[in-house]
Amino acid sequence: MFGNEKARGILYQVLLIAAILIGGWILFSNMQANLARSNIQVGFAFLDREAGFEIAEKMIEYDATHTFARAFLVGIGNTLFVAFLGIIIATILGTLIGIARLSENWLLKTAASAYVEVMRNVPLLLQLLVWYAVFTELLPGVRQAINIGDVIFLSQRGFRFAWPASHPAFTAAGIALLIGLVASFFWRGHARKRQSETGHQLPVFWPSLLMIIGLPVLVWAIGGAPTALEIPKMAGFNMVGGINITPEFTALLLGLSTYTAAFIAEIVRGGILAVNKGQNEAAEALGLKPSQRLRLVTLPQALRVIIPPMTSQYLNLTKNSSLAVAIGYPDLVAVANTTMNQTGQAIEAIAILMLVYLTISLVISLLMNLYNNRVRLVER
Amino acid sequence: MDWIKRNLFSTPVNSAITIVMIGLLAYVVPPIYQWMFANAVWGRQPVEACEAARGVGACWAVVWEKFRFMMFGTYPYDEQWRPGLAIIVMCSLLVLSTWRKLWNMKLAWVWAIGIVLTFWLMGGGFGLTPVQTNSWGGLPVTLILAIFGVAFAFPLGVLLALGRRSKLPIIKSISVIYIEVVRGVPLITVLFMASVMLALFLPVGWTIDLLLRAQIAIILFMAAYLAEAVRGGMQAVPKGQYEAAEALGLPYWKMTGLVVLPQALKISIPPIVNSFISLFKDTSLVLIIAIFDFSYSVKKAVETDFTWKKYYVEALIFSILVYWIFCFAMSKYSQRLERDFNRGHAR
Repeated sequence: MFGNEKARGILYQVLLIAAILIGGWILFSNMQANLARSNIQVGFAFLDREAGFEIAEKMIEYDATHTFARAFLVGIGNTLFVAFLGIIIATILGTLIGIARLSENWLLKTAASAYVEVMRNVPLLLQLLVWYAVFTELLPGVRQAINIGDVIFLSQRGFRFAWPASHPAFTAAGIALLIGLVASFFWRGHARKRQSETGHQLPVFWPSLLMIIGLPVLVWAIGGAPTALEIPKMAGFNMVGGINITPEFTALLLGLSTYTAAFIAEIVRGGILAVNKGQNEAAEALGLKPSQRLRLVTLPQALRVIIPPMTSQYLNLTKNSSLAVAIGYPDLVAVANTTMNQTGQAIEAIAILMLVYLTISLVISLLMNLYNNRVRLVER
Repeated sequence: MDWIKRNLFSTPVNSAITIVMIGLLAYVVPPIYQWMFANAVWGRQPVEACEAARGVGACWAVVWEKFRFMMFGTYPYDEQWRPGLAIIVMCSLLVLSTWRKLWNMKLAWVWAIGIVLTFWLMGGGFGLTPVQTNSWGGLPVTLILAIFGVAFAFPLGVLLALGRRSKLPIIKSISVIYIEVVRGVPLITVLFMASVMLALFLPVGWTIDLLLRAQIAIILFMAAYLAEAVRGGMQAVPKGQYEAAEALGLPYWKMTGLVVLPQALKISIPPIVNSFISLFKDTSLVLIIAIFDFSYSVKKAVETDFTWKKYYVEALIFSILVYWIFCFAMSKYSQRLERDFNRGHAR
């Protein structure tokens, strides 16, 4: 009887493999016949050819004479950039709204619920189109840009900010900020060790603040405290100077983060509700301050519930950034789409797309799993 | 009075929040109200009425003007009662599915009848004028993509879920790879694949129409998500059920069909409803490959008409409202389901 079942299992699997191989072979031979007819060279050789199209926004140097491979890199950079910023904004906004939904204040609670119910029940694509329309059609033209204190200019061409003119003191301050971050991290570790060894608490918050903010400011002041700002000006048909954020980028970033924030709010609310009430009461009985209760008792337990669904929201946000193609932000999908139209290398372009997204998904879940292992319940 | 005191001014912090919120609402709500309602142009009105109100009030007249195109796209004008009926058929299908007495094989029959009826109404034949799929458009296409999508993805999803829990290593790994790859990529890449690559895989000279390609992509995409929902349900079936079925000597397919699936599917209904809501929203992505679903019809309706083009935002808001009504109703239903199911669980 057992042998029989085992034999059947092997038979099923052999049949499945045979079906996949035969199906795959038929599809492959069809594909070859079709490609031969349309004179398309299969393979990734096209990546070394000159791309011949411009990309409006780029984080690395790129123009039409660079290769397709570089164009893809630009697209990947743009996708990662908007996803990274989107994840940060969505997490902050979502956490605030999630906590607001649990507020005792009826007005705040209702407003937060209304936000969640509206945002998550409307397709993201339409939200992006609305944001984009608001930034491109409802704002004035570049000549009539809304001028906020000569520092911020809002127009259909995007948001242009005055930006400190480049000066070595700013570079030095940037490095000082990095040093401050690392130093405060080590200080926290030291303080914890000290507390667990001697029971004596060292102050953490104020020294860290001093290191992270005070140090860069000090370096900036020593460097001559430059305050010159590069003010945007009209030159010809467009403005120059300062930093410009395009309406495409703004619409995508705002759309992605406000949409995902609605889902994150629900996760945060669920996580906080999942913490046993007795835990908080016990912490109160031990004499912990409200801020300590939140930080040491509620949050660590809530995080355990929050992190797995949060991971899938981060993945969703990254995948949803592919909707950029609908409003013309040059993310990976938009670059792949242009490449497909120009070269006809559809299979290769889509293969690259899928590979990149799979890698991003894998890396994000890996990072979140590492974090999850740190906060999960340690049981004997 | 007591309610106000308790809910808005119980503590100093609470009072401060209330005052800030009232200030914020007083700043935001009146202009929106003015634009959307008080100064808006309602009803079937000439474009001049909208020009006069431009900047101070919304032009809802664009919805009246373009209503037929938004709802039915390029479907032949005289035949538009058919997609209208199809919308009613599909909405009744969704409403009937909430009726728990039907939650057995009867539901499969109801869906089969609904799908055939919709297809006949839209496509014609058997006494109706045939209409090619490339002139289908509007809300029925969105509903078809979502409803046909979930209906055909469901059996595939169940098979994948069974495959993922199977003891046979090859079947298991193929299912896992399929599910994880599809869930790891955005829907738009799958749609691109269907619109560009599917044609390459067919024998030379064959073509399949764009709507069918998108429908296939949506089915393949949805199957992976449904598989995970069903797998969750299977994991929740107590181990004793499997052991009891094995002790009775039931072979695999009988055990699955008579013992495991009936219990697992019931547990997985809330996540399935949630996947359906996301799918319903995601069908709007076919806009990118130029299929006349509801969102693309709305966009095209205003974009192609020079006189009404300026009222694009109003048209978008209308389409948002339609999507919202569907999704909000479904998400309220899904929340009720989850509550009911949890109550049964806690007992």
